[in-house]
Amino acid sequence: MSDLGHHSAVLSMAIDITAAMILLGTVCAFVRMIKGPTLPDRVVSVDLITVFAVVIVGLIDLSTDSAPFIDVAFAIALVAFLATVAFAWYADQRTDQDSDPPSLEDEGEGR
Amino acid sequence: MEAHSLFLDLVVSALLVGGGFFLLMAGLGILRLPDVLIRMHASTKAGTLGAGMVFTAVALHSGNTVTISICALTVSFLLVTAPVAAHAIARAAYRMRVPLWRKTRLDEWKGQYGPRRKPALTEEPGEVPPETGG
Repeated sequence: MSDLGHHSAVLSMAIDITAAMILLGTVCAFVRMIKGPTLPDRVVSVDLITVFAVVIVGLIDLSTDSAPFIDVAFAIALVAFLATVAFAWYADQRTDQDSDPPSLEDEGEGR
Repeated sequence: MEAHSLFLDLVVSALLVGGGFFLLMAGLGILRLPDVLIRMHASTKAGTLGAGMVFTAVALHSGNTVTISICALTVSFLLVTAPVAAHAIARAAYRMRVPLWRKTRLDEWKGQYGPRRKPALTEEPGEVPPETGG
């Protein structure tokens, strides 16, 4: 990865170490997404994976000295927020359907 | 390519490795911690801090004004949206009655979202009646 740019030895080593750590973190988040016992677990891990994707794009920008990549990172961050909020909204909607139908005395109290 | 000084390279490398460390901690935390809300604690805070450090490194490395401003924009966007998203997921998780950790000590919404009751959408936390017995 770091061979693409012309960096000093310290910086290329730092880029390699950072990429390895981000890769390990992504693997952990993917394991949680597969294992995750509930839906919010998976949503949280997908959120973290998109943060990792944003950081990886920023790292590619730094590594290859190509400035346009940073726009991609910003776009991913924007879309990730909308996706997470939409997931939370649908989880909330599913909550209302999953709960028991309101009985007669429940309908009396105003909502 | 403009030549970078060694000091700037060292600062950028330290920021990169520190940010990668925090991101790795976020990944480990989301894998190892016991509960959705506690996992969210790891992923939101450590992930945002790590992303901020890496983007600071990117901004420092490229002396480009456009890149620096977009990095600042991205980091501030992450800082603003991460709490909002985490709050939304946490609220949905609690209302789905995701089981909490068995060592949880304080559950201030306990009993409010019971099995036979529809939760009210616009209810102030101050109006919750005090929990009886427990």
